[in-house]
Amino acid sequence: MRAFPRRRTGVAMGAEQKLGNMGIVTTTLEKVVNWGRTGAMWPMLFGLACCAMEMIATQAARYDVSRFGMELMRASPRQSDLMIVAGRVSRKMAPVLRRLYDQMPEPKWVIAMGDCASCSGVFNNYALVQGVDEIVPVDVYVAGCPPRPEALVDGILKLHEKVRGESISRWA
Amino acid sequence: MVLFRGDTTLVVEANALLDVCRFLRHDPAMDYSFLVDLAAVDYHPREPRFGVSYLLHAFKHNVRLRLRVLLPSQMARLLSVSGVWPAAEWMEREAFDLMGIEFVGHPDLRRILMPADWEGHPLRKDYALGYEEVQFSFNSREIDRRKDYAYE
Repeated sequence: MRAFPRRRTGVAMGAEQKLGNMGIVTTTLEKVVNWGRTGAMWPMLFGLACCAMEMIATQAARYDVSRFGMELMRASPRQSDLMIVAGRVSRKMAPVLRRLYDQMPEPKWVIAMGDCASCSGVFNNYALVQGVDEIVPVDVYVAGCPPRPEALVDGILKLHEKVRGESISRWA
Repeated sequence: MVLFRGDTTLVVEANALLDVCRFLRHDPAMDYSFLVDLAAVDYHPREPRFGVSYLLHAFKHNVRLRLRVLLPSQMARLLSVSGVWPAAEWMEREAFDLMGIEFVGHPDLRRILMPADWEGHPLRKDYALGYEEVQFSFNSREIDRRKDYAYE
């Protein structure tokens, strides 16, 4: 993606440098779109249990996630693109979770935060869904009970790496 | 009547329960106006199988009283006390949902904690625990293959 056609008058080796000095960058469409997606990914408020407290702590002043563009946590699924499932998902809540996930517009990602969302943690019984990946496809699993805010930030960064590696064929 | 560490428990017959509750609530000398808790217990191999316990509190006199009703497993039915204490509505729904004790005369008896179409009563002693096999390194691949993950 070039801003203007390259001139041939003595601009051989230092082409990129010269263009950079003039404030012009060349890149691919994939990279720009993926970078834009990671820049301001809005999470959806989906704190269910104790992990929600750690998610709130991550949102608060000390371990700020608004430096990743996530200063708004949208309550509406229609306006969000990241669902952080924080907490235990009971069997009664599972269809609601799936409905909210379906209402999110593409592109969307899911972070399973904590042990209960990844594999139902210490609760191996009839009442809880054994891992939220039985209901929605998960991109990043963050382990911990509850994970420290730094762990959640690490999960978000891993998701950013994953998004940056996405290719055009996945968008369609 | 049982006295245990300062707590008084009255064991009541199932068909006398509603009259006793009405008396305890409306009589001005008694005035047990607060139903603190309604709990159901399953003593499975033992008969009578179920015990339902009502913990009452009188604000005026600051005393607590526990009523216990024992129910056999074939006749797990009680008259609802939600007409006497409205707090009993949800507590009886919980006892119905998790233990299967039916309350006759309840305005809205349906499941409260489990999904509406769930079969079985989870807190009974003969209910399967419902756990999933624990994944270790030697069986993790097989479990991974068998588990139904969600795809779009």
